[in-house]
Formats: sequence, C-alpha cells, structure tokens
Amino acid sequence: MNWLSLASIIGAAIAVSFGAIGPALAEGRAVAAAMDAIARQPEAANTISRTLFVGLAMIETMAIYCLVIALLLLFANPLLK
Amino acid sequence: MKSPLTLDVLFHIGPLPITEPVLATWIIMALLTVGAWLSTRRLSLQPSRFQAFLELIVETVDGQIRDTMQVEPGLYRAFIGTLFLFIFVANWSELIPGVEPPTAHVETDAALALLVFVGVIYFGVRASGLQGYLATFASPTPFMIPLNFVESLTRTFSLLVRLFGNVMSGVFVIGIVLSLAGLLVPIPLMALDLLTGAVQAYIFAVLAMVFIAGAISEGKPREKEHERTTA
Repeated sequence: MNWLSLASIIGAAIAVSFGAIGPALAEGRAVAAAMDAIARQPEAANTISRTLFVGLAMIETMAIYCLVIALLLLFANPLLK
Repeated sequence: MKSPLTLDVLFHIGPLPITEPVLATWIIMALLTVGAWLSTRRLSLQPSRFQAFLELIVETVDGQIRDTMQVEPGLYRAFIGTLFLFIFVANWSELIPGVEPPTAHVETDAALALLVFVGVIYFGVRASGLQGYLATFASPTPFMIPLNFVESLTRTFSLLVRLFGNVMSGVFVIGIVLSLAGLLVPIPLMALDLLTGAVQAYIFAVLAMVFIAGAISEGKPREKEHERTTA
C-alpha cells in the first residue's frame, strides 16, 4: 500500500465524517423549527411537513455530496491507476 | 467489495452491451405499462375497489401538483406521475430477492435528471414561448444570466446525485452489514431503506414540480407586477 492510497482512504474518511456534521446540525434546526411551527399551528401541518421534506432533502444533498466524493476517492480514484 | 460505480454486463444485443440496471428498468417499465393498460381497460362510473385505489393515487398526484405548482394538473399529471411511480417502484424493487434497484446506479439517475432538465425547458417554452422562457434567465436583472444558467445545470446535477447517493448508500450499507453480521440482521436497515426510497421518490417528483413551476411562472412576471400595481 503506497502513500497515495493511504491518503485517499484517510481523505475519504475525513470527507464523510466532517461532511456529516454540518447537515446534521442543519437538519436538527430545521426539524425543530418545523415542530415548533406545527405545535403553534396544527392546521398548517400538511404544508409545513411538505416544505420540511423538500428542505431536508436539500440539506441532505450536502452530506450525499461528501459520500459521493468519498466513494470516488475509494473506487474511482484517477491518481491510483 | 464490489464498487457501486461499476456495472455487470449481462448479455449483448448486437454490439450493444445490456447491463443489469437496464434490464431491471425495462422490466419495471413493462410492468407499469401493462399494469396501467390492464387496469384502465374496464373503467366504470361505480368503481370497484381496485379502481378506487387507482383513482386515489391519481387524485393524490393531482392534489400535490395543485398545491405545489398552483396550476391545473392536467398538463403535468402524466410527466410528474410517471416519474414518481417509476422511481417508487424502482426503489422498492429491492424487496424482490436478487434484484438491485436500477436507481442505485448513476446512469439511471442521470437519465431521470436529464428528463427533468428537458421537461423544464419543454414546459417553460410551451407556457410562455421561446422568448418568454429565455427571458426567465434574465430575471430579476440581466446580471443574473450566468448564475441562472449555471443554476439550471447544477440543480439537475444535484437531482442526480441526491437520488443516486440515497439509494446507492442504502444498498451499499445493507451489503456491508450482510457481509459482517449475517442473515436476518439487515432487516431493520431494509425497512429504513423502504422509507428512504418512498421519500426520495416523492422528493424527486416535488423538485421536478418546483423547477417546472419556476420555469412557467417566471415567464410572466411583468403581468403579475402590473396586476399588483393596478390592484
């Protein structure tokens, strides 16, 4: 195992672990705000949860980008071949 | 461990290699088409249980389109509904042993995202003409033209990566847990995967609706401002 593949593996781990922090915090805040809104206005729950789902998907995409970068580093690394 | 980015070629039709997700896509397409044809052959005014169930699906799709796009759903029902049903069935096809969801491969998702990209242009041009659609790139100011142009590409790309990442990571995690733990352990993860699959199908359809709604409503901002000032 040479230095390049070692660096790729560590890079992939760092990408996923640090890339998960931001979206996790953001999703927590989004869900908390939506819960608050539904508790105040239960009749608007449908609209709120639909918007919440779309927003969560948007936020989650950031984590998914990190995952895809990690997979590219591990399985399709252009430097290793 | 098998890379999630590579594909197994099953057989060749002439010079054309046919891979596993392509075959799965064809089977799902055939099932949906034949199912839709068979189930709408004998429609009656007093619906049977099955027909009532189908009507429930169509009315739910219609309601979502009406809520999200604020337009009458007739024109968009076919596109949005087909997208949702196909992705939903594809994500849940992992329930059948030995079948890997075709959406877990980047090529299928790229095709779906491209469909949305073309669909946005088609519906935008259809709603406000070529000039009106091109004018949406210059709203609110002409300085935004490069940004709006880049946005229409990046949001297609993010649509592709979102669906691919979610479905593929589910399949991948199940593979890892299965190789580490054993037979029955991944079942809770598979249940979670079904939930993710349904939510991702819904989100893909909602985002397609939002993009199309943006293209058809931004085409006529002048009229709206005019209405607002005159009202």
